[in-house]
Amino acid sequence: MNLVAKNPMNKNAWLIVPAIVVILCFFIYPVSWLLIDSFARPKWGIQNYEVVLGRFVYLKVLLNTFTISAGTTFWCAVIGYPVAYTMAHCSKRTRRLLIFVVLIPFWTSLLVRTFAWMVLLQKTGLINQTLLTLGVIAEPIALIYNRIGVYIGMVQVLLPFLIFPLYSVMLRIDRNYSFAAATLGAPPVRNFFRIYLPLTLPGLVSGGTLVFVSSLGYYITPALLGGPADLMIAQLIERQISTSGNWGMAGALAVLLLVVTAICLGVVHRIIGVKTAWGR
Amino acid sequence: MVASSFSSGRFWVRLRLAICSFAVIYLIAPLIVVLIISFSSAPFLTFPPPGFSMQWYNNLFTNPAWFNSLVTSIKILIPTSILATVLGTAAAYGLARSSFVGKQLVMGLLLSPMIVPVIIIAIGIFGVFRALGLYGNLLGLIIAHTILAIPYVVMTVSGSLAVIDKRLEDAALTLGASPLRCFRRITFPLIFPAVLSGMLFSMVVSFDELIVSMFISTPVVRPVTVQMWSNIRGSVDPTIAAIATLLFCFSLLALLSERAAARKVKKEVDE
Repeated sequence: MNLVAKNPMNKNAWLIVPAIVVILCFFIYPVSWLLIDSFARPKWGIQNYEVVLGRFVYLKVLLNTFTISAGTTFWCAVIGYPVAYTMAHCSKRTRRLLIFVVLIPFWTSLLVRTFAWMVLLQKTGLINQTLLTLGVIAEPIALIYNRIGVYIGMVQVLLPFLIFPLYSVMLRIDRNYSFAAATLGAPPVRNFFRIYLPLTLPGLVSGGTLVFVSSLGYYITPALLGGPADLMIAQLIERQISTSGNWGMAGALAVLLLVVTAICLGVVHRIIGVKTAWGR
Repeated sequence: MVASSFSSGRFWVRLRLAICSFAVIYLIAPLIVVLIISFSSAPFLTFPPPGFSMQWYNNLFTNPAWFNSLVTSIKILIPTSILATVLGTAAAYGLARSSFVGKQLVMGLLLSPMIVPVIIIAIGIFGVFRALGLYGNLLGLIIAHTILAIPYVVMTVSGSLAVIDKRLEDAALTLGASPLRCFRRITFPLIFPAVLSGMLFSMVVSFDELIVSMFISTPVVRPVTVQMWSNIRGSVDPTIAAIATLLFCFSLLALLSERAAARKVKKEVDE
């Protein structure tokens, strides 16, 4: 029946080939080597994994990575939820302004933003000076080269990844449910926790997972704003290569990071679909 | 009144607005700081700066280390954005206008460079590119950046192809237009804003890329982000704030031109 859809259509599939070839040669192939290295270097076996999962130094880094990512996700949710809510339920003009503000991080260099935090957070920086002048604190507090600095930097970078999926879910919510609950006499707070929050949960979970997953592999921000105690897995991988050339260990750490990332994204995919979740 | 009772309880509304105001300040603070510092007269990163000067913008073009790295970045960015746009648009069109088994998998493969943590891509590429002679030269950096940019083009163009009216294409084809002509005259003008925005995205991705570049560049061929990185860790001067300001202006321009193109196409279709 449909003359057009039948034959000539599948010629179009050839158009995918160049991009796939480039990705296979220069992305899948290198990454696969790394995965093989984790078992093959320095000799065949699982010795690299035994070291990663068996030694305290490495476990400490894994624990750091997990705690920092979970903390970042938590703070993103606390700050992001009210922002997404306001974006979804406000006037058109306010909405446009908020979307612009939330998009700003996407359009500012990550490196430069981190550098701006270094300026703001240092002992003689704006924040410490303001607090000193106001008499809130007696001497400068350490806001950088520790966990606080890492959180301040990472939450700022990742906030949009939580806000946008949540916002798109909130836009689609049928508010009659909440109105119904309200007319039936549910107090606002209860109405929120029993009706609104459960309805937005898919957005919160997918946004939260995106933040969590992105945090796991972060390099620049923790490297510049964190202290020696905040070493994360990406920095450890980088060090394995640049200081000791230990490809086997780097490979094993990479596999670990990749597996956790894949599992988390699999969960989001089940809930909402990766494409919509990353959709900007 | 029902609407306000939805979230009434004054305390909660106030808390929400307080958090929102905080978030707005928090999100734009770094940008403002960078803008201001780029015009600072002080040789160090003092904030607020003691006076106004254009010296850092000047330095950007007169200091050979900065200028060369800026040129290197642009030499990488232009071929990267063209390659990524052509490959990504072709792939997105191919995916949207064909049907075969395993389409989901192919889509996943095309988007995977965006999902795999960059540090893993970086060391993988470092290992293989050294052996292929793609280490420390422009070609290697261009290929690496193209890989990272392809997903952004595929995503924006696929999104646009999914929403345009397919009947327009069908009409052209049944009326006897060749597929190529149909693409050139019908499809491409409709998806042009998305292609443009994919291209601009790939420019920004390339210009802002640090981690992969760090591994496969040398002091001779050094993009601006790597130069910034070594600068941040050594003696810091406000030149990087000047670069960042320029980059932000570029991004803003890109965003506005993409919006304008989208609006123009929408208007033409409506007519």
